[in-house]
Amino acid sequence: MTSFFNTTIGLPYGWAWFVATIAGILLIALPLMLAVAMIIYADRKIWAAMALRRGPNVVGPFGLLQSFADGLKVFLQETIIPAAANRGLFLLAPIITFTVALIVWAVVPFQAGVVLADINVGLLYILAASSLGVYGIILSGWSSNSKYPFYSALRAAAQMVSYEVAIGFILISVVLWSGSFNLSRIVEAQRAIWPIIPINGLAFNPLFFPMAVMFLISALAETQRAPFDLTEAESELVAGYQTEYSSMSFALFWLGEYANVILMCALNATLFWGGWLPPVDWAPLYVVPGIIWLFAKILFFFFVFSWIKATVPRYRYDQLMRLGWKVFLPVSLFWVFLVSGILMWMRVGVGA
Amino acid sequence: MSVAQYVKAFTLWEFVKAHALTLKYFFKAKATINYPFERNPVSPRFRGEHALRRYPNGEERCIACKLCEAVCPAQAITIEAEPRDDGSRRTTRYDIDMTKCIYCGLCQEACPVDAIVEGPNYEFSTETREELIYDKAKLLDNGDRWESTIAANLAADAPYR
Repeated sequence: MTSFFNTTIGLPYGWAWFVATIAGILLIALPLMLAVAMIIYADRKIWAAMALRRGPNVVGPFGLLQSFADGLKVFLQETIIPAAANRGLFLLAPIITFTVALIVWAVVPFQAGVVLADINVGLLYILAASSLGVYGIILSGWSSNSKYPFYSALRAAAQMVSYEVAIGFILISVVLWSGSFNLSRIVEAQRAIWPIIPINGLAFNPLFFPMAVMFLISALAETQRAPFDLTEAESELVAGYQTEYSSMSFALFWLGEYANVILMCALNATLFWGGWLPPVDWAPLYVVPGIIWLFAKILFFFFVFSWIKATVPRYRYDQLMRLGWKVFLPVSLFWVFLVSGILMWMRVGVGA
Repeated sequence: MSVAQYVKAFTLWEFVKAHALTLKYFFKAKATINYPFERNPVSPRFRGEHALRRYPNGEERCIACKLCEAVCPAQAITIEAEPRDDGSRRTTRYDIDMTKCIYCGLCQEACPVDAIVEGPNYEFSTETREELIYDKAKLLDNGDRWESTIAANLAADAPYR
């Protein structure tokens, strides 16, 4: 796109790069906002269907415009800032959450070569940026100056830090296998992993299938979806860290939360299920553009997320911590050793 | 834990079973009705919005005996009465505070002339509190509007009384 603005439009290279990057950002961020609106609708519909309910079905055809109606409603509401709140941080917190949820999308490859920032340490960038998300939640809980948001923020911080450890080790084993931190290279490394039936996707490797499942579960914990939604446990904490928020600041939390959920679905698809590659490495399947395959996988994983939400009850806090530290951490650590051992054996032989 | 339990735990067997169940429910017919467009049947004994009825000749039934006012546990009913020009005893004021009413139905049980009844209507939400303080005109108007349904319901329930 830079060359288009440089040569066709005739901008100097620096400006062409700038305009192209801005265009790329908008090209990702705006459809993402739309996707978030639709995915909230889908979430409510799926959850309702599994509870034998109908879900939103009045606003627009099949209730498709429900999220936009809700968005309009919160947009027209008054932003209430509690008198005891720390004003600056209180307003900054939802912005951090929302921004962090958006910036991670910069390194997600949508198709071969279609990625905003094709950086070599894409995975590290994702880990770093998603860790920043904790700040939005902690700041919101602390600056609300209210006890339930504060408890919720503490829970969220502990939870996200715990599961990031497990996610880190899972990602290390993926990186060991594919030999790159670059997400596009990781996707390419998943091409035709079986010798006879050329299936695309690391998760079809029996060594990595447990990792894929653990990553899915950790992703649930990382995005605070059910059954790990202790930070919004309405039976204990009202609405958690967003209790004191209203209007657009509340909407920003929602947008950020669901943008994170879609991101985690995209990461699941990219890291373990072949990203933009079709399920099988078979020429006719490549007629369908890669971005369609990626979206199909993202939607499937979002369905799984909603499915889990509709199925399982919430974890207790000690169970959540036990699962993170006493099950996922040792298992993923062991898997790092296992994967590196197998790689050594495959490349160098037993004698090494 | 036995070995079998370990295997079950690490293959997430219970979770898989639970998800198979919810997926089955996902494709089932919905249990909820599509409310504003579909409605549940309403029993003849349903106690909804109040109405003051009239005789077929248009004369209001209420004789201002104040039994409903006396029996009302929420004290939602206020009645004032005076002899009318033709000498018959009628209410000059018949107010029901719908925000106090608990829809127990004691007023219609107490009424000797079937004047105050709780009709089948349950869609009378308002945007202000004031609109929920019903006066005599509103109640008589309700009676006129719902008379056919109310009469049918009373007739349907009569054999059991």
